[in-house]
Amino acid sequence: MKKYILLFLLFAVFSKSAGQELTSDTAKSQSIKEVIVIGTNKISLKEEKPLASIDEYLQKSAKIDMVKRGAYAWEPLINSMPTERTLLTIDGMRIFGACTDKMDPITSYVEVSNLSEATISSGQEGSCHGSTIGGAVDLKRNKSSFGEKRLNYNLNTGFESVNLQKIWGAGITFKNENFYSDANFMLRDAENYKAGNNIEIPFSQFSKMNISGITGVKIGTNKLVEASIIYDKATDVGYPALTMDVSLAEALITSLKFQVVPTNDFFKDWETKIYYNTIAHRMDDTKRPNVLIHMDMPGWSKTFGYYSHLKMNFKNHQFLANLNGFYNKSTAEMTMYPVNPAESIMFMYTWPEVQTLFQGLYLEDRLTLNENSSFKFSLSGGFHSNKVESTFGLNSLQIFYPKLNSQKNRFLKSLAANYYGHQNIWDFGFGVGFGDRAPSVSEGYGFYLFNSMENYDYIGNPNLKNENSLEGNVFVGFKTKRITAKLSSSYFHISNYIVGEIIPLTAPMTIGAKGVKAYTALDYASIFNVSLDAEFKVIKSLKWNTQLVYSNGKDYLEGNLPFISPFNYRSSLKFEQNKFSAAVSVEGNAKHYHFASKYGELEKEAYLISNISFGYLFNISQARILTKIGVENIFDAYYSTYSDWNNIPRPGRNYVLSMNINL
Amino acid sequence: MKHLYRTLILIISLSFLAVSCRSSEEFVPEENAAETLLKVKEITNATHIIELYSATGTTSLGYNDLKLRIKNKSTNQYEKNATVSWKPVMHMTSMMHSCPKSLVVTDTKDNSLYSGYIVFQMPQNATEYWDLTIDYSINGSAYTATSIIDVPVSSKSKVSAVLGSDNVKYIVAYIDPKTPKVAVNDLTVGVWKMQDMMNFPVVDGYTIKIDPRMPGMGNHTSPNNVHATQPGSGKLYTGKLSLTMTGYWKINLQIVKADGTVVKGENVTDANPASSVFFEIEF
Repeated sequence: MKKYILLFLLFAVFSKSAGQELTSDTAKSQSIKEVIVIGTNKISLKEEKPLASIDEYLQKSAKIDMVKRGAYAWEPLINSMPTERTLLTIDGMRIFGACTDKMDPITSYVEVSNLSEATISSGQEGSCHGSTIGGAVDLKRNKSSFGEKRLNYNLNTGFESVNLQKIWGAGITFKNENFYSDANFMLRDAENYKAGNNIEIPFSQFSKMNISGITGVKIGTNKLVEASIIYDKATDVGYPALTMDVSLAEALITSLKFQVVPTNDFFKDWETKIYYNTIAHRMDDTKRPNVLIHMDMPGWSKTFGYYSHLKMNFKNHQFLANLNGFYNKSTAEMTMYPVNPAESIMFMYTWPEVQTLFQGLYLEDRLTLNENSSFKFSLSGGFHSNKVESTFGLNSLQIFYPKLNSQKNRFLKSLAANYYGHQNIWDFGFGVGFGDRAPSVSEGYGFYLFNSMENYDYIGNPNLKNENSLEGNVFVGFKTKRITAKLSSSYFHISNYIVGEIIPLTAPMTIGAKGVKAYTALDYASIFNVSLDAEFKVIKSLKWNTQLVYSNGKDYLEGNLPFISPFNYRSSLKFEQNKFSAAVSVEGNAKHYHFASKYGELEKEAYLISNISFGYLFNISQARILTKIGVENIFDAYYSTYSDWNNIPRPGRNYVLSMNINL
Repeated sequence: MKHLYRTLILIISLSFLAVSCRSSEEFVPEENAAETLLKVKEITNATHIIELYSATGTTSLGYNDLKLRIKNKSTNQYEKNATVSWKPVMHMTSMMHSCPKSLVVTDTKDNSLYSGYIVFQMPQNATEYWDLTIDYSINGSAYTATSIIDVPVSSKSKVSAVLGSDNVKYIVAYIDPKTPKVAVNDLTVGVWKMQDMMNFPVVDGYTIKIDPRMPGMGNHTSPNNVHATQPGSGKLYTGKLSLTMTGYWKINLQIVKADGTVVKGENVTDANPASSVFFEIEF
């Protein structure tokens, strides 16, 4: 702790930045992509909870839900689809978690201080950086840009009462005409949280430290080289919904980028990046009571990759090409220690050193038809290869698949077309898409992975076909002086839908499990959602925001799919005047009737929680000090929702304090 | 006095074995360079030195693959085309008996090498011991040699002598895999019955049902095992043994007649964690 405070003080010399981006994304305006602003550099007074986790920021989107296994490292669902079906990237980099039990989605290895925004794309609109079914989230790094010489710094601190979470952060940015450098640090430390009615949830503590740096150097008038590094380390992370905790989740995420912004009319931007990231993850059951058999379950994931991203304009076309590839190796082990110490330890590979090699090309053309309408067409193809490197692991899997080869190649493709129109106050668009994906490492090669919600051991299936999705999407929005509203809807028809099916008469390995499931494919499943986002300006300084989301997911036999949200709503009134802001909000779900009991879900009652927050911005000489105080779950409701793993209850009343100083 | 005498013999033979183990010569048969044989011991008579080999350089409780060569003391040459038979005998305090064994056959490539198997179904103790008599004839002349064989107690059960519900005494022995892996292993077991004290023929047409379990971890089993059956009359039994992780496994057995009658062994259930007949492996 002392050394963190020291580091914190060391950082306390610095400042915040502003200025022109070297690049400008002209196409953004016509996209239905959603952008959520994150980050500690330029926190707006509007932000209700500036030092919230990335997960809390992301779940504001109507497209995103979060599966919660505790207070930390939530698993994002995009269009109700889990991480196997979606694409999560950090500045276009592919990163893969190292935990077989999904305790470390890659969003858990970054901090709000590392980021400036998250771009959320639905369905095949997210296929630029790889194959996806449900969509993509690209987390954009926070960085300065070249400009007038400036040195700024920011300090952040926060507290949450529900789990005594202490948040400390600091950042420095420096820039001049030819150089920029940002560094930041963030620390979070939390005890067990308390659910409503003051019920403590044991094993929900966590502690996390994050350091990042990014530096850009101008070489020539229109070229730059940028290096970025993120180091993230979480220790003593409790997962109350699971039988094990995590003693270490550590990531090193590095990249080197070369960018050219040509001055001619044809080439607009050319960005090439090489990257490397490595993750180590250790599960830990040593603090749990009544452990029948102690086990170590470490996992490792390493990824090398690159992309080269070229933007060109020609007449009324905006072309984009992205050549990208990566190599990943995912390994996970399980070592069990018998009660009788004279017996040999029990060892198995749960991910048998699975290598994934991907090489793909994405092409996109935005065609501006006229002032009010445009068309976007995208196409991608990729070669995907999995190889089981460990002979030990291959032999293990051959228990289930005697003829299994160590290598499996696939071709992945994606195709999408969208139309965008604009007329008076109206915006509208529709699109169709087709895409497929390869099974994840767990789905293809997992060996006795215990799913504690279903209470089954899972076996991967290397013979799975590509899962593919045919989708349609439509949106219509309008904007007047007082009202902004957007209604959007997506429909996915997913063939070869990968799920687990019970292998009859096969006994589980995990003590107490009901049986063994192997991944298999349903003929198809369909997912539909429709959402409404609306903002009503009551008076100039008072806005009323509402978000309504309806989702539906069925398999081909009309059975319910797991993790499909019941009708969900949130509504807030935000007041902002001069340096003062206030917000009161409610959020809730309707009763969860369409729960998937086959996958361990229970019927969940409706819930409604209320939150309130106040903010004030002080300007003291050069310093900009934003203070926030808020209360979440004011009425201390005790509840759990469809996305709470094993029905763990959510936090109860939570007083949130934060202060951000920008100098 | 008699006991003391036997004990002495045993101690002497053991120390001899220990010495021979230390100086154990390696022998790589010509036909299979991958297989290295280690000398277990030398058995001598007036005319020959019989070198007894195994893969480990020892003999042990349960199934033993053994090879031997016969060296002529006067010519220092290995005798070819001998006709060899052997007879292992357990000298118990009150009786003597033999054990399951194969015929001794001449190696197809190296005709100075003779091989077969012996299944020691019980270990020696302070007063009871095994010896092995080798009878052989070369060009019409018959010879014999006898020596004590070391069969120490084993910590893991690799052989079981049981009385079946049909009042037949069966001997089942674990043979392969010798080095088990986390994989589907090729399983070989042997089943013999005690016809009389000296004759233990192979049992034909049975099925040895297997249920591998890990008592150290909730007694879980493994999938896709194949019960051991005989590929042909007189042969050893083969099946498939799935082991999903390293560690200590108990392979629970049931000895089943061709008509389906279980003559020995029980199903493993929550109430009955192990069969009365089993093998143990640990790796």
